[in-house]
Amino acid sequence: MKICYYPGCTLKTKAKELDRTARLAAAALGVEMEEIENWQCCGAVYPMGTDEIATKLSAVRALDYAKHNGGKLLTLCSACHNVIKRTNEDMKSNADIAFRANNYLKLEETYAGETEVIHYLEMLKNEVGFDNIKKAVVNPLNRKIGAYYGCLLLRPSGIMAFDNPENPTIIEDFIRALGGTPVVYPFRNECCGAYVSLKNSELPKKKSEKILASAKEKGAEEVITACPLCLYNLQVNGGDILPVKYFTELLAEALGVKA
Amino acid sequence: MTKQERIDNLLRLSGTDVKKCMKCGKCSGRCPAFNEMDIKPHQFVSLLAQGKIEILLGSDAIWNCLSCMACVERCPRGVAPAAVVEAVRDTVVRAQGKNGLKAEDIPQIVDEFIPQQLLVSAYRKYNK
Repeated sequence: MKICYYPGCTLKTKAKELDRTARLAAAALGVEMEEIENWQCCGAVYPMGTDEIATKLSAVRALDYAKHNGGKLLTLCSACHNVIKRTNEDMKSNADIAFRANNYLKLEETYAGETEVIHYLEMLKNEVGFDNIKKAVVNPLNRKIGAYYGCLLLRPSGIMAFDNPENPTIIEDFIRALGGTPVVYPFRNECCGAYVSLKNSELPKKKSEKILASAKEKGAEEVITACPLCLYNLQVNGGDILPVKYFTELLAEALGVKA
Repeated sequence: MTKQERIDNLLRLSGTDVKKCMKCGKCSGRCPAFNEMDIKPHQFVSLLAQGKIEILLGSDAIWNCLSCMACVERCPRGVAPAAVVEAVRDTVVRAQGKNGLKAEDIPQIVDEFIPQQLLVSAYRKYNK
């Protein structure tokens, strides 16, 4: 299976390990991730102001490319996924935004949200199947792992439709498929403190410490995430409470392709 | 610009119907930045509905909202308090000289681990 892939800015720089291990694991599972041409940074945050257009155009460009190259766009970073999926919804259901974006981009054919935006975890669950992943595992993880969802994959749930926003299970199912024991803890869908760390680092410090302490209290030995910003806040602002890794690092480890 | 024009602009920019609010307070109850906000999420909705926008435009809470969408998720009436906060923040930073982050302050706060995603997010939120 071949699928268009949008890596995003951070996966080419500080989060290379997220990109590298995701590609290795996908190849081992028979999925070819084809990086789209000339992608641009998605902007990292979905602009909520109703008159924002320029800040959405890079997402629309990527979506339109995918429309003509298989119809699906694979994302990996939680922020890219949130921005691209919400922008896609605007293109489908907000006539004003759709008109102005199409008018600016001068696309040969109007883009109206036709592309399906899929997060890597959704690809694992729905296209590969956790049962098939379980069969492909050569190094079962045999340890207690806390899934950290954060905000961007789950909310707003009406648009993201990723999982139950209050009680998600997809990453726990993923951990189980890898032979690990998922640890459910109360703060797994709480915000890590996000971009506020550049303005007021005390807030992300408090939030990240609380998340990691909550995971540790429930017995987790490590925490996994899909978001480079969450990883940064948990590691740097959360102190040394627990190791934090990308979920794809564990996938590549379990499939025996990490090195 | 008249006060009414400024109110109308905030209503338009937020894209949410603040009059639907039934004042249950769930948004503020769920807000992870509640303790850091001088004006709470439910007050953003209520003050905009009443047209008391000077209080909102002078608030420090716009710098601490995480855009985590927890308030939006919990609202039983489909109101988006986070969109009101963003409309206020946009209105503040779009004015000349009102950016929330100064480029010259960045080098001192950047460490070697900071992901590009964080810099881009903060710039998009705090600067225009």
